Amino acid sequence: MRGLGKYLLWVYTAMAMVFLLIPIVYTIIFSFNDARRTNIVWRGFTIDNWLDVCNAQDVCSSFANSILVAGVSTVLATAMGTAIAIALVRYRFRFRNATTLLLFLPMATPEVVLGAGLAAQFLQLGVQKGLSTIIIAHTMFCISFVVVTVRARVAVLDPALEEAGRDLYGSPSQVFWRVTFPLLIPGITAAALLSFALSFDDFIITNFNAGPAMTFPRFVYTAAARGIPAEANVIASGVFFAAIALVLIAQVSGAIKRKRLALAG
Amino acid sequence: MAFGAFQSAAPAGTGAPVTQVQKKSPVALWLLLPGILYLILFFVTPLFSLVLTSFQSPVPGGFLGEFQTAFRWENYVDVVSTYFSHIGRSFVYATLATIFALLLGYPIAYVIGVKLRAYPLLQALALVLLIAPFFISFLLRTLAWKQIFSDEGFVVGALKTLQLIPSDAYLTGTPFSVVFGLTYMFLPFMALPIYTTLERLDLRYVEAGGDLYANPFTVFRTVTFPLSIPGVISGTLLTFIPATGDYINASRDFLGSTDTAMMGNVIEANFLVLQNFPAAAALSLILMMSILILVSAYVRRSGTDDLL
Repeated sequence: MRGLGKYLLWVYTAMAMVFLLIPIVYTIIFSFNDARRTNIVWRGFTIDNWLDVCNAQDVCSSFANSILVAGVSTVLATAMGTAIAIALVRYRFRFRNATTLLLFLPMATPEVVLGAGLAAQFLQLGVQKGLSTIIIAHTMFCISFVVVTVRARVAVLDPALEEAGRDLYGSPSQVFWRVTFPLLIPGITAAALLSFALSFDDFIITNFNAGPAMTFPRFVYTAAARGIPAEANVIASGVFFAAIALVLIAQVSGAIKRKRLALAG
Repeated sequence: MAFGAFQSAAPAGTGAPVTQVQKKSPVALWLLLPGILYLILFFVTPLFSLVLTSFQSPVPGGFLGEFQTAFRWENYVDVVSTYFSHIGRSFVYATLATIFALLLGYPIAYVIGVKLRAYPLLQALALVLLIAPFFISFLLRTLAWKQIFSDEGFVVGALKTLQLIPSDAYLTGTPFSVVFGLTYMFLPFMALPIYTTLERLDLRYVEAGGDLYANPFTVFRTVTFPLSIPGVISGTLLTFIPATGDYINASRDFLGSTDTAMMGNVIEANFLVLQNFPAAAALSLILMMSILILVSAYVRRSGTDDLL
């Protein structure tokens, strides 16, 4: 009986994992579909979609817009979020509780509300919506996620290392850029990657603040009514493979580093 | 809170927190200022804009989408009576999706975090699979389900052949497909935080339970599960909050129909199509306040600092 229970747990988990992966596999397979206009029924294998991705109207331009928006918002959010994370761990200041609440609330607010709120503000101020308003919106919701990620990294940073830097007559800025910052790089990288991913795949907040500007998710949403071109699947699958490659490289290099450290120690 | 999970998913080792000496310095102000100002400008003031907008009244004889500052609190009464069923649906669908995601996500988190500890390579691979959905457009993944469940698709065909559903039945555009889509979309958000707490679980407690002749179920109920509650709380919040406001799954072009429309759908329609900004704003605030009330009742035990 007990053995059977264990067996059940594994089967159940395997099935849940398969459930998780079915749409991914589906999306990738249909990027090779010889679809004419709508990519719904399987009509045969082709790699043409991969060869001329930009064939379908707006696919490539919306993808480029998404990359631009994600890149700029990531830089802005990572810079501001990292500074806040350092301040939260290292300094005592008034309004600490108000600050943590202000950082927590955007994460606990549904995207529709964030999107509609900003859109209402832009409307009242008479701001024209476009790529810049999308960037403003994305930077806003990425900051909190950056703070959470980097803060975890600052919290495990040994202050003795910085003390050593000061003992060796390093100026505060030298200590920061030569000691603190390099030690925070893994955390900052993780935060930047998360921001990029959140911004790149965001649809709801974007849709409220885009005006005529197209991002890749908006393209997919509008195309959904009349049928998605297979080229959209190509872009999504390409991004997927690139991201998985990045994760694997990070995992492997991390494992090698740990092994070296273990050997050295 | 989402991040705990990503953090430990990253290979870079996270050690125990080091005691940090906190000092008072004007540097803190300069570190905080840009980000905090940014959030005040683009998160806090938009909420006030939303409040202002929600009380606006139409300009008499004005164009579509023309409103003036007023204190028309009846806007709230109007939206609640017009969209009562949408509001109800949002919370019912989100609750169901949260329960299903927990039932699916907990075992995944348990197997990866506890059972696979002995096999680091398999554990790393399983984690990559668990976060893989984040790397591919969620809209395309939802559309994939739509096509799998479509009337010509093999799922409907198989169910009809097995006579599990009547021959005129359909799956897309039903509450079933919407809750299914929501469960699918937020499953990783549920599983990752639970994984993070279970991965740090000290197995000696579990062994102690076994040594005291508790059967595996009792050990799970009295030891493992209580220790994983912080992860369960984060996971359920990360599922419930976005699921309540979601309008992709319930949208007509995805897994829903007009009969499954949720609050997000009517907020979008009022704001972007009908240009009835006050109604959209009032609905947004109702959504936000109900979530805040529900969530604070749910996490009374832990402060915001813990959640972050």
